[in-house]
Amino acid sequence: MTPAVSVSKLTKKYGEIEAVRGIDFEVDTGETFGFLGPNGAGKSTTIKILCTLADPTSGTARVAGHNVVKERDTVRRNIGLVFQDTTLDSYLTGEQNLRFHAELYGMPKAAFAPRLRQVLEMVGLWDRRGGVVATYSGGMKRRLEIARGLMHAPRVLFLDEPTVGLDPQTRVSIWEYINDLKQREDITIFLTTHYMDEAENCDRIAIIDHGQIVALDTPEALKASVGKDRVQISTADDPAAIRALADEFGLEAGMHEGLVTFSVESGEHFVPRLFASLPVAIRSVSVSRPSLDDVFMSYTGKTIRDAEASAVDRNRMLATRFGRR
Amino acid sequence: MAAQDTAPRDTLDVGEQALTDMIRVAVPERSLRHDLRAVSIVWRRELIRFRSDRLRAVTALVQPILFLFVLGTGLSRLASRGLPSGVHFETFIYPGVLAMSVLFTAIFSAASIVWDREFGFLAEMMVAPVRRWTIVVGKCLGGATVATFQGIIFLALAGVAHVPYSATLLLTLLGELLLLSFTLTAFGVMMAARIKQIQAFMALTQMVVMPLFFLSGALYPLNGLPTWLTVLTRVDPLTYVVAPMRHAVFSHLSLSPLAARVLSPSITWDGWLVPVGLSLAMVAAMGAVMLAIAIAEFRKTE
Repeated sequence: MTPAVSVSKLTKKYGEIEAVRGIDFEVDTGETFGFLGPNGAGKSTTIKILCTLADPTSGTARVAGHNVVKERDTVRRNIGLVFQDTTLDSYLTGEQNLRFHAELYGMPKAAFAPRLRQVLEMVGLWDRRGGVVATYSGGMKRRLEIARGLMHAPRVLFLDEPTVGLDPQTRVSIWEYINDLKQREDITIFLTTHYMDEAENCDRIAIIDHGQIVALDTPEALKASVGKDRVQISTADDPAAIRALADEFGLEAGMHEGLVTFSVESGEHFVPRLFASLPVAIRSVSVSRPSLDDVFMSYTGKTIRDAEASAVDRNRMLATRFGRR
Repeated sequence: MAAQDTAPRDTLDVGEQALTDMIRVAVPERSLRHDLRAVSIVWRRELIRFRSDRLRAVTALVQPILFLFVLGTGLSRLASRGLPSGVHFETFIYPGVLAMSVLFTAIFSAASIVWDREFGFLAEMMVAPVRRWTIVVGKCLGGATVATFQGIIFLALAGVAHVPYSATLLLTLLGELLLLSFTLTAFGVMMAARIKQIQAFMALTQMVVMPLFFLSGALYPLNGLPTWLTVLTRVDPLTYVVAPMRHAVFSHLSLSPLAARVLSPSITWDGWLVPVGLSLAMVAAMGAVMLAIAIAEFRKTE
């Protein structure tokens, strides 16, 4: 069976900036595949290439079995796309937006009405279909975009940061719709996110940093590969604490999110020893099981928030150079 | 094709059954019919948006009405000395102001492309499996339709400017308005292809629109002008629509041929008379060239 997405030695340069630096991966049909990384890591660029909106500088990408450069239209017929920013016409009603989409994709006329009802009921907007999109809330707009992306029954659905800018409650509900969708439709989902907790919903995750894939596996396997608990402490003298941790316990600690952070096999057993032996006063302690955040940290040497801070400038440079396409 | 067979049956079921079975939708291979559907939906969207924006329709009429009635009436005392008796100054400027009534709407309708880019909707169109020309042509047709509609409202006011309601005259003017609207929209779309910010687009069009209008001979006859102004009027595409429209209006007034020739002179190139047909064909050709440039701009990918 041909993979839903297959990418080989893909690169993309914007002038001097290398947004994607030679990535390879495959996504199986029916899989939910997550692209995880900080803003500016190259996620959106990769998705643009896969959706035929940007040409790769080198390398190849195939989606639904078709080359994204040479068979652009065939790829477009087979994909649905939910962009990071809304791409709805807010002067039209929800139904008119979907009708526009259906006509543009040349959907058979007889299929329109039933499919409209199906996708709108799936995202809980059937009753609001006659409302002008400008009156929709942020969550409703995102749901409408998901419905629209599904309208022409694509084989691969791309979701670029499907929950960014939404409140936590709405984020949860968007994920309910996505998980529900996997039950109902025979579809491959490719998504990008920089929320670790959301990546857990994926069958497999690729961690991308500085335009390269640094790890690719199931969330469970990735977490198991880290295997350690993360301990974060706040102390009266952090540099002294870091030195003491190295001297007393042979641990390599660093500052992350303003806290002294390190990993140990069994956090809850280590904390009493820490209090007994650390010569620096401890103000607070937190111990956490390995999360994808730790996975990210163990592969990139920084937390995703640290990575974002450093990526912001790079991102801004890209944004100003290329505008909103 | 088994999936296709089951699809209609699913659609008849109401409620849960219809929802649990996925409705198969086969997106067809690209064809001319598909392209035309895309043109049509882009066009219809422009009309829907115009319908929901009545304020725009009203405001776009304010300026030509000001020109025709306020400026026209105000200047008519002064200008009437130069006009044969029975010819009103309003009648003289009516064709030019009619062109103006579509000028703004046509060029500004292209702003919706810049708008769509800012609000992301352009991306929805760009990723669809359709040829880019369908989107550009649909936009131009939409803008042209809306602008012509604007012109029709103004056409209804012909009597107030002492222009006779003759069916042939109105149809001629309508055809010329349609042509003008399409060319102007194509011009706007061509500019919108490159411009990313709405403010920049508005500023640029403002800068372009007024010279286009003033150089078109909308407010004065084209003969006996100083050389520099003669050259500039001959470069302005609007001239090639205003002159035929004025020609049509004056041929429907009972005037001596001499008076008609003085007030509504044909366009000349260094003494050579440009026929009305050629003049309109040039406008159409300009529209086609600008449309082609706009399409080429939209074909580019990152």
